[in-house]
Amino acid sequence: MSNRHRIQRLGFILLGLISLIVVMPILFVIGNIVVQGIGAINWEFLTAMPRGGMKEGGIFPAIVGTLLLVLGTAVVAIPVGIGGAIYLAEYARDTLWTRILRLAIINLAGVPSVVYGLFGLGLFVLFLQFGVSVLAGSLTLAIMTLPVIISTAEEALRAVPGEFRLVSASLGGTRWQGIRYIVLPQALPGIITGIILGLLRAAGETAPILFTAAAFYLPRIPRSLLEPTMALPYHLYVISTQVPGMPPRVQYGTALVLLTIVLSMNAVAAIIRSYFRRRREW
Amino acid sequence: MGKFTFSSNPSHPRWGEFAIESTIRLLAFSSIGFVILIFFFLIREGLPIFWEVSPDNLFGTRWYPNFGLFGTVPLILGSLLVTVTAILIALPLGVATAVFVREVAPNWAREILKPMIEILAGIPSVVLGFFGMTIVAPLVREVLGAPTGLTAFTGAIILAYMALPTIISVAEDALDAVPKSYRDAGLAMGATQWQTIWRVVVPAARSGIVTAVMLGLGRAIGETMAVMMVTGNAARMPLTLDSLFRPIRTMTATIAAEMGEVAQGSVHYHALFGIGIILFVITFIINATAAVTIFKKPRRGGLR
Repeated sequence: MSNRHRIQRLGFILLGLISLIVVMPILFVIGNIVVQGIGAINWEFLTAMPRGGMKEGGIFPAIVGTLLLVLGTAVVAIPVGIGGAIYLAEYARDTLWTRILRLAIINLAGVPSVVYGLFGLGLFVLFLQFGVSVLAGSLTLAIMTLPVIISTAEEALRAVPGEFRLVSASLGGTRWQGIRYIVLPQALPGIITGIILGLLRAAGETAPILFTAAAFYLPRIPRSLLEPTMALPYHLYVISTQVPGMPPRVQYGTALVLLTIVLSMNAVAAIIRSYFRRRREW
Repeated sequence: MGKFTFSSNPSHPRWGEFAIESTIRLLAFSSIGFVILIFFFLIREGLPIFWEVSPDNLFGTRWYPNFGLFGTVPLILGSLLVTVTAILIALPLGVATAVFVREVAPNWAREILKPMIEILAGIPSVVLGFFGMTIVAPLVREVLGAPTGLTAFTGAIILAYMALPTIISVAEDALDAVPKSYRDAGLAMGATQWQTIWRVVVPAARSGIVTAVMLGLGRAIGETMAVMMVTGNAARMPLTLDSLFRPIRTMTATIAAEMGEVAQGSVHYHALFGIGIILFVITFIINATAAVTIFKKPRRGGLR
């Protein structure tokens, strides 16, 4: 073997090792939280209210709060996101306005999460007087989620071949009929994947709900959209930094529940994607 | 992909169709409205700080809001120190991994690596912060023999891993966009695959890799929870060489930690929104610059 081939072999091994350095901590984080947290998981932990300064009982209101916030986010972000994606993929020509729109979406994707929190506080909590509430938090998270949904859904729509639209038009369909009955159904798996990825981000974020929705300790389910709520990511932050003497079991248990929700959404998205990619006929 | 224009029958104006198309256009352009709204509300709540407090104070070196001292310089430097260190860690790891995944790895390794990186992208920042507090910080303390493990360096490690999925996927797209003929040409010249990768393919993907770094930088500088949980939150000037291994305070952590305690409309409240304006402007510039490079080449799908 010549010298330069020896260098190549060494180089490839080095690249493999670096990839290992990237991947191993991920496995370690997940493994660590599963091993330490699994002992805390039982029926009471998942369905009871917190007691004894949150050191005992369960995390039920935090779980429900996160689900409510995700639901609220979905109601707002899905129609707006899909609308934006349809416009960009099907209607938009390359004009100055379209470019400004794309720039706006790229920047929405880049705004720091804590700045979304400030914005939600300024607009929804104070100016519109929703108060610190599920409503204010959901709206803030929805705007944060939009760019993820728009870009993945646009990609899915663009992947549908142009012939599909042509055939629809040749049968006398209008442009919207072509989109509604031909393009959208074909792109649906990709769009759903995008929605899940967006909502997964909303479920895990803490900073945007810090001043817009989250309650430090509220051992009940919010009675209306205008009440604050506990939420899993904020609860994990609280019990790991703000409450002295917290049993690690409870911290790890909370982290595990949050991680399970987020990673299972991730898995569902991956399954939908790979299943439909295989079934696709074009 | 081609665009087709359809002419609807002029004798049957389709009001339903018109209504739907207008709604879609409205929904799309609401995104521009949101960016403007964000900027407007940051300005509305944050701008007063610039006349409430003297510039000397505002760009001073001491952040003690309780004593009327609003020096933002230690916070800005704190953010810079953590972010730049994170990128210095993430860039070589990210580019090497992207090269490995795209150019070298056998199929089975790719099938493991890509989903793992997607999983990393999905782990909530508060979970990584918790892991950083419980595992990484004690490790840093023992290895360095420092009095505390909650340091800028600990934050940089966590941030590097949070920026990795962005860097890897954008860099991978960039490598993917390099035509196969480049690789063939390199090999035909008698170069090994290794030489072709580093002297032909990676240089050809350079602008995409720069974009990857920019987006990673934008992601890192805005990261809040994990950074707040592991950097110790001491608002001191990081001027000495050992600052990296001391506690530090970032702009994001300052907003997140203090906004809950301030009275609405107070000077402190305006100051926190003022920091928000600085963050918004920094990320806007970073992302707009990255966007320009994205606009230059033909679009190959969106954010991943």
